[in-house]
Parts: sequence; C-alpha cells; structure tokens
Amino acid sequence: MANPNGIGASVRRLEDQRFLTGRGRYTDDFKRPDMTHAVHVRSPYAHALVKGIDATEALAAPGVVAVLTGADMEADKVGSLPCGWQIHSKDGSPMKEPGHFPLARGRVRYVGDAVAVVIAETREQARDAAELVMVDYEELPAVASSTRAVEGAAALVHDDAPGNVCFDWHLGDKAAVDAAFARAEHVARIDLVNNRLVPNAMEPRAALGEYDASNGEYTLTTTSQNPHVIRLLMGAFVLGIPEHKLRVVAPDVGGGFGSKIFHYGEEAVVTWAARKIGRPVKWTADRSESFLTDAHGRDHVSHAEMAMDKDGRFLALRVSTLANLGAYLSTFAPSIPTYLYATLLAGQYKTPAIYAEVKAVFTNTAPVDAYRGAGRPEACYLIERLVDIAAGVAGLDRTEIRRRNFVPAEAMPYQTPVALQYDTGDFAKNLDIALPLVDYDGFAARKAASRATGKLRGIGFATYIEACGIAPSNVAGALGARAGLYESAEVRFHPTGSVTVFTGSHSHGQGHETTFAQLVAERFGVPIENVEIVHGDTAKIPFGMGTYGSRSLAVGGSALVKAMDKVERKARKIAAHMLEAAESDIEVKEGRFTVAGTDKSLGIGDIALQAYVPHNFPLDELEPGLDEQAFYDPKNFTYPNGCHVCEVEIDPDTGVTKVVAFAAVDDFGRIINPLVVEGQVHGGLVQGIGQALYENCVYDESGQLLTGSYMDYCMPRAEDVPSFTVRTHEDQPCTHNPLGVKGCGEAGTIGASAAVMNAVVDALSAYGVTHLDMPATPEKVWRVIQAARPAPALAAE
Amino acid sequence: MPSRVTMTVNGKTVSREVEERTLLVTFLRDHLGLTGTHVGCDTSQCGACVVHIDGRSVKACTALAVQVEGCSVTTIEGLAAADGTLHPMQAAFREHHGLQCGFCTPGMVMSAVDLVRETPDLTEQEVRNALDGNICRCTGYHNIVKAVLAGAEAMKAEPSRIAAE
Ligand code: FES
Ligand code: FES
Repeated sequence: MANPNGIGASVRRLEDQRFLTGRGRYTDDFKRPDMTHAVHVRSPYAHALVKGIDATEALAAPGVVAVLTGADMEADKVGSLPCGWQIHSKDGSPMKEPGHFPLARGRVRYVGDAVAVVIAETREQARDAAELVMVDYEELPAVASSTRAVEGAAALVHDDAPGNVCFDWHLGDKAAVDAAFARAEHVARIDLVNNRLVPNAMEPRAALGEYDASNGEYTLTTTSQNPHVIRLLMGAFVLGIPEHKLRVVAPDVGGGFGSKIFHYGEEAVVTWAARKIGRPVKWTADRSESFLTDAHGRDHVSHAEMAMDKDGRFLALRVSTLANLGAYLSTFAPSIPTYLYATLLAGQYKTPAIYAEVKAVFTNTAPVDAYRGAGRPEACYLIERLVDIAAGVAGLDRTEIRRRNFVPAEAMPYQTPVALQYDTGDFAKNLDIALPLVDYDGFAARKAASRATGKLRGIGFATYIEACGIAPSNVAGALGARAGLYESAEVRFHPTGSVTVFTGSHSHGQGHETTFAQLVAERFGVPIENVEIVHGDTAKIPFGMGTYGSRSLAVGGSALVKAMDKVERKARKIAAHMLEAAESDIEVKEGRFTVAGTDKSLGIGDIALQAYVPHNFPLDELEPGLDEQAFYDPKNFTYPNGCHVCEVEIDPDTGVTKVVAFAAVDDFGRIINPLVVEGQVHGGLVQGIGQALYENCVYDESGQLLTGSYMDYCMPRAEDVPSFTVRTHEDQPCTHNPLGVKGCGEAGTIGASAAVMNAVVDALSAYGVTHLDMPATPEKVWRVIQAARPAPALAAE
Repeated sequence: MPSRVTMTVNGKTVSREVEERTLLVTFLRDHLGLTGTHVGCDTSQCGACVVHIDGRSVKACTALAVQVEGCSVTTIEGLAAADGTLHPMQAAFREHHGLQCGFCTPGMVMSAVDLVRETPDLTEQEVRNALDGNICRCTGYHNIVKAVLAGAEAMKAEPSRIAAE
C-alpha cells in the first residue's frame, strides 16, 4: 500500500482523542448564556381526550418562565410533523396520514404523548413545575397491539383510519405464487412474531433551540443522524422557517441506530419556544422518556409459507404480515415494513415467485420506525426461520437446502421477483468460509459432550442479504419517497495543502472522520492528519441526506470520490499551466502531477498553493481556487450479504441460553478500514443477539409500557455475549459505485437474530420444538422444556 | 436550601453553593462544566457516569454532591497526563477500537481503570463480569474487552498507574 493511512489500513480513529478525554461535545453539553430548560408534560394514558390544561400553579412555581401547550402552537400555525414516504394500498388509495403535532391538540394517543412544555431557569425547576400542570383527561378505550387493532370491536386510534388500518399493501405475483403452491411437493409453514424493540442509543435525545432577533435566524442543535433532513422537514412543514434562516447542527451524537433519523416534536418545540420567550431553550430526555417517546423498532406478526418441489427446491414464497406503526406516522415509518422488508424476501435464494401482503396499523403505542436494519432483519428472520423448517419438511440438512437454493454467483446480476436487482455476491463462498470457522464437522461431538453434562447444544445459520446504500432517487421516488436520497461532498484544498472535507453524511459512532480522511489520503497522498472531515452542520455543508441504511460510504463516500475527481481535473489544468505542458500529457498518481516521460512534476500541495496565488493564471481559462463540490445519486442499491453461524448451549434446568460461539462472514465489497468494519459487525451482532435472547418491548392491554427502564428492558451486557469470529472477503465488490463498497453498518443485526434463534430451536428440537418466538428468555425456554418433558430424544438414551 | 460543597476535582479544589438535591453528576456537568461524565439513564444502570471518588469507581448519578464533601474526585478529563499523554487504558481503547460513538466511553474507561487497580490479573470472562454495570450499545463489547485486557497489561508496566490517584 502506497499510503500507510490509505484504503485498506486499520487506521486508529482520529476522533477518539476527544472522546477518550471527555472532550466530545454532545447536545446536552452545550450551554448558552441565558439558557432555559424545557420539560414536557406527557400523557399518562394511552388514549384520552384532553379537556383542559390548567397551568396556574406551575406558572407560579419558582423559576418558571413559561408553560406552552398545543393550543399555543396552533395559534402560531405550527404544522404537523410530516411523513417522508407515501405508500398506496392494494386498491390504489393512499395511506392514512393523520396529523401528528409536537404538542397534542385535544387528544393524546400513547403514553408519553406530549401535551405541554414547561420552561424554567433550571431543569429541576422545570421538572418540579411540570408536576403542577393540571391536565384534565377523559380516558378513552385503547388498543395496544396490532392483532387487537384489527379486531372489529377495537377502539379507533384515529377516527379517519377505519379498522386502524394505515395501508394494506402488497408486492409480487399472487397468481404465479398460487399456481406454484398448487403443484408443490412440500410446503413449509411458520407463524412468527418479530418482537418490538427500543433502540436505546446510549445518549438520550436532546435539543437546544436558539433564536437571534437581530437577524431572524434560528439554530437548532439536536441529536440527529441527518441535520439537513430535520432542517427541511421542520423548516418547511412544521415551523415555516425558510432554510436560509434556520441552521441545524448535529454535533457529536451518542449512537443512533435509526432512532435519531426522524424529526421529533421536541425539536420543533424548543426552536419555536426559543423565539417565543426570547431565550435559548434546551430539552434533554431522561432515559424513561426515551423509552416512552423514541421511535421503536420491528413489531411484526407474520405468517409465511414456502412451496418446494420434491428435492427441496423453492418454488414460491407467500408472506402475510401485520405491522404495528404505533400511534402516529414517524418520518420514514411506512417504508420500513414495505420497501425495506418485502423487497428482501427473496433473500439469497432463487425462489421464482413471491407474494407478500402487509397490513400496517395504528395502535396506542409509541411510533414505530427504522431501527438498525429496518425491515431487512424482519425479512431475514422470517426467511431464515422458514428455511430451517423447510429443511425439516424436505428432509435435508440445513446447509444443503441453502446451497441447493442459493442464487449462484454466475447468475449475477440477478433480478429477484420482488423488484431488486442484486449486482454481486457469492453466497456459497460465504458458507464455505463460515463452516470451518465454527468447526461444523465437530459439532456432533460437541453436542454429545454437552449432553453428557446435561446441557443442550444447538447450531444455527443465517444467510442474509440486504439492500443498502440507500438509495437511487428515481427508484425511491417511484416507490413513494418524498425526498431524493443522494449525498453531497465538498473537498476544499487550502493554500498550504491541508484539506477540509464537508460531507452531508453524519457520524454518530461510525468513524467518518477517519475513514473519509483515508479516502483523501489515498487519492492525493496527503498526510491523514492534514485532512479534516466536517459533518453535521447545515451552515457549513452544502446539503446532505445523512446517515442510515448503511449508506455513508456507499453514497457519501462516492460523493467524496466525485468531488475528488473534480479537484483532480482542476489540479491537472493548473499543473499543465505551471509545467507548460498539454493537459493530456499530465499523468497523475497519488497527488503527483507529472509530465509524461519527463521528471517535471508538481505535488498537490504546490498546486494548491498556486491555485490561491494565481499570479500568472490565464484567467479566462483557469479560475483560481481548489474547492469542488459534488452530489452523488446511486445507480442501484448495494447488496451486502453474508453467512452468520451461531452455536448455543442451553441449561434445561434454568432455561438459560448461552451463545458459546458466533462466526460472521460478510461480503461488504471493498473495505476501507478493517478495524472499523469489524467494530460495526460486533456491535450489530450484539443488537441482533439482544433481540433474540433479551430485548422485548412490552405494553399491557391498556397501553402502559411495562418495559420502560433498564430494570425491565433487558439490554445485552458484556457478560451476556461472547467474543466473535469475524471474516470479510472483498472479491465481490459492488459494481456500480466508484469505491466498490457495499456498506457494513446493519449487517450484524440483520443476520444475528435468525442465526441465534435457529440455534436455539435446533438445541430444543429434542423436545419437538420447531419454533419459538423471540426473545428466548430463560423463562420461555424453561417453560417449553417443562411442557415437553420428558424429552423423547433424551429419554430414549 | 443551598449548601456549600467543597471537594477536589481533578487535582483542583472547587467550592460551590448547590441545592442539596444536586447529584454529583449534575454538579460536575452543570456547575463545573466537566461534560465528559455522561448521563445515560435514570435508574443507575448504564455506567455512563462513572467517576473515581478517592480512587474508587462510583456512579456519579447515585451520589449527591454534598455526600462527596472533602473527597477527591477524578473524572475522565483528569485521567490523561497534564501534557495530554493518554492514560494506558485510554490508549488501549484507542488502539483496540473500544469505542464508537464515545458516549459510554468515559464511564467504561473509569470503570476499567478501577477494575485493574483492584485486580491487575484478569481473564476475559472476569472483565466481562466486572463490566456488568456499564452498557455500551455500539461496540458489542468485543473490542472493549480486548482494550481492557491490553490496558491492564500496559498499566502493570507502569506501576504508578496501579496506585490510586
Ligand atoms: S447515568 Fe449513572 S448509571 Fe446511568
Ligand atoms: S461507544 Fe457508543 S455506547 Fe459505547
């Protein structure tokens, strides 16, 4: 490698110095002169009419500056939080899109729905006074689960959404699927629940609003994955602030996992209130508030069937899913159980016909939207559980049924029956690499050894594919996206040769400040410490769609490459002028511009200096400066794929499942920084294992959140998970972006849950278990075992 | 009722009037501007707020500032040497990519330093068990565990690091 900090190097992260010394700057760390603190008054009921709000006592409390309500916002013509994606039902009708106001207007629809905000000198004073706001509620019947929501007698969350249905959508060829089922030799079936999760980024959401009366400018500092999107949505739709008067800053952000993509009401509240009271207003969620009000993830109830021929070859897949959207439409909610889910139902298999129906419903629970993986883990979990069952039905080994049905590498590019076209991937190779990593051949012996100590051992596979690098704007637009999904970058060479890169992508843990700098170091041969990556500020960056869908490098990195191409073209012109050569004679390598066949050359540093000191430039042909901007809109999605294998051991006496080994083989295309990529995989795997074994968001029938803190919502901790074996291979690069990268942010989460549950079910198969819904808690596993005792297989021995 | 509280923080004596209900973490963040100590929960379970009080790791969200009267507190800002050289545990987290978003990191590092002082020889499993009071949502713990083991070795090589501050 020419540059020790270039592509492929495990460069230690440049951003770590500030994080390790306590000098990261997260939203709640900002303090402004004269700053006030906001605390929201939230509904304790899942569904109620708000008949009146009496703030008299609260206003008289020490330090209170204001108490504001939905009526105040309405009087100021504050709009509804917009939804960024429109789905049409089977019958062509558009989805139901009820109003979603930052502070409720007359009716609350989930526990935590905000009805008022108290602003005071200190956070403690605001909190005390919030207790004194008297809200007169009239409780209404509530519906807290998707299955209840579609029952005839269910309460209506929104009067204009009959049956609580937001949309009833489908994808695929129903007739072809029906025909294939009619001639199937074998059919595998499954009913499963994809459990509801709370994303739980460790930094709770926070927002700081400011208004400068001297120039009419607003600034919102917020915990966001995409500040430009917030500026657009909040400015144009909610508060009516033109973009040139609204700056949105997303500084250091402590994890997102999807939950910080969306525009939340609190952002609008603090921005609006800052002008109203003439002082900065800061709101920071406490963890309980995060549990109640961050958008949750998953929450699907599905039935699926796979038709096979006599050899276990897949003929058709039929899926029907009920998706819970919560009380209101969060920013990207409608896209998750549709185009990010059903389009992935081919998985890695050449199933020729697929038909999926998705009914999405409102309930009196927190809004549900993207959580790491967003639709794709739901698809992978469904397919991979079903394929395991299919193996049993067809009498095939679970690796064999997969091999038999994989889309072969030679068939790429491969058009699936559910809209996507995979560009590259070698699925059999992933499996071949994975099996020795877990010593698959030795599994039977390990299982026997476990049995000798009274334990149950199981092994499970998940072969996943995802659509990332979101997204080609033309495709997304045709599917209902109300925005383009490109990315921007600007590369500014300074006169002394250092570089500032402005990216519309955002890092909240992913390491852009290092990996993006590696791209520049590689391309121009500049020392990496002379490259600064700026992100997260609408005042500095041309535009941006932010970070989600594993898109940072595939889309943001590609924009950076495009901008570097432009810089290089300009630099070549300058070099030709300086070296008195024809432009076509200039050869460029790692930032050195050489006249072909001579030793006459200039480095990019010299060129940058000349660009800003253009004493003898032919100004009608050559502009001064070396600062270029580019937008990149991808041609296709990217398709990271891989094979995850999990081995578990279960103690039948306690029901405790222990993950004893986990190997992940991933094809992310080309890799810029292996250390960072592995870190992304590790983190994703633990979120996937968390969903499979520990995490579960539970509402009771009345819509009270039962898992509202770390005492009730089980987060995976260090002792709950193993160390991992992670491998990547780079011989199937993405064919349509200039870096050949596919994205790695979500893969771990997508494969892991299915691999773990396939292992758990394998371990419990001795008891006749063919399926268990997540999470496989000790209690659930123990009950299954108790219900089946004595286990036939064990008893026979 | 405001009370005066005096303590040593990162080697400097500080004295402030605070409401008695002020948590140590609020005192550090809001009154002293030491925002490296984070708040990740309201039930004392995440460990984002861990600091050292007289050399022992404590969740700063569980102590009132007035309870720490007269004590010596070290926060993440006070861990590196005055010239900016990272503490071996900080350096190990960087070397092994033991952090992503950085939010849990101050608490993780402070917990890890105390752990190694208590138990210089650690196995992977012991590290995992000992970190059960610190939640990280980003790293999957794999690289944190590696970093703590490496940091422990590095601390042993510098015996002054093992002695409490
Ligand atoms: S903030 Fe102290 S343990 Fe979570
Ligand atoms: S690095 Fe983000 S929570 Fe640990």
